[in-house]
Amino acid sequence: MRPIHFLPVAAFLLIVGAFSWYLLSGEDPRVIPSALIDKPVPEFELPALGEDIPGFSSADLAEGRVVLVNVFASWCAPCRVEHPFLSALAADGVPVYGIAYKDAPEDTRAFLAELGNPYERIGVDRDGRVGIDLGVYGVPETYVISGDGRIRHKHVGPILPTNEDGIRAAIRAAQRVSGR
Amino acid sequence: MKRALLLFLLVLPLAAAAGVAVDETPLADPAAEAQARAIMREIRCLVCQNQSIEDSNADLARDLRRIVRERVAAGDDAAAVKAYLVARYGDWILLRPPFKPETFVLWLFPPALLAALAAYALVRARRRRLVAPPPLDAEERARLAAVLEEEGES
Repeated sequence: MRPIHFLPVAAFLLIVGAFSWYLLSGEDPRVIPSALIDKPVPEFELPALGEDIPGFSSADLAEGRVVLVNVFASWCAPCRVEHPFLSALAADGVPVYGIAYKDAPEDTRAFLAELGNPYERIGVDRDGRVGIDLGVYGVPETYVISGDGRIRHKHVGPILPTNEDGIRAAIRAAQRVSGR
Repeated sequence: MKRALLLFLLVLPLAAAAGVAVDETPLADPAAEAQARAIMREIRCLVCQNQSIEDSNADLARDLRRIVRERVAAGDDAAAVKAYLVARYGDWILLRPPFKPETFVLWLFPPALLAALAAYALVRARRRRLVAPPPLDAEERARLAAVLEEEGES
C-alpha cells in the first residue's frame, strides 16, 4: 500500500474529529452570537410601568456604572427560573434594569407582585420594537452594559445555576472596562 | 360528542391558516409587496432557524415581516433592508451567507476540492497514456526474432 491510499481514511478521521470536537464542546448551535458586542446600545426610550418604577432610555445606560439589562415577560416561564438570581444580584448592589417585552403592564405588575421586583427601572416594550433593535430573538435575554453604554455580554435563555459564575465574571469584566 | 370533537379538529387547522392571513397587511403597491416578499425569502427566522421569515409562523418572524414591509415602503432597496437587519442580528439572519474573509473557506472549499480532484484525475489519465513502453534490450529482441521466425515457418 502506498501512503496515498491512506488519504481517504485520514480525511474521514479528520472529519470525525472535527464533528466530535464541536459536539463535545457544549456549544449550543441555537444560540446566535450577538452582533452588538462592544457596540453602544441602540438608541431607545421606553415608558415606565407606572409612577413607582421609572422607565429608562439608552442614555440611562451610559451613566458610568455597569448595568444588567434583563428582557423578560410575565408569559415567559423560563423567566421564573432566573428570577432568584436577578434578585440576588440586585441585593449585591448590581443595578438590574428590566425590559418588559410584549407584555401587558397589568400582567407585568402581577408577575412582580408574585415573585418580587429585582428591577431598579423597568421599560415597557409593548410591540417588541426595542427588542428587535437589541437583537432579541427569545425571552429571557440578559445584557451586561458597561458604564460607557456599550453591550459587553449577552446571555440568551434563562440564567441557570451553571451560568451564574459566567454572568458575574462578565459583570466584573465590564466594571474593569468602565471603572464601575 | 365524538362527532363534535372530530368537527372541531377538522376546523382547527382552517382557523389557524386564516389567523396567519388576517394579521398580515400586505403593502398597497403590488410591486413593493413583491419586492418585500423576495427579501423575506432571504431572511432567516431566528426562532426556527432553517425557515425564512416568509415561511414562518413565529411571532418574531411576523414582527420582522412588518419591519421589512416598513423599510420597503420607506424606499429602502434589498441591500439596505438586509443591512438594517444584519446590524441588529448579525450575518446569521441571512439565509445565504455573505462572501467575506470569514466565509472564504465555506464558499471556496467545494469548488477547490472539485478542481483538485479533476486535476488529479487528469494528470493520472495523461500519465497512463503518455508513458511509452521501454525499448527492448538485446535479449528481448532475440526472443522476439525467434518467435517471429517460428510463426513464419509454420
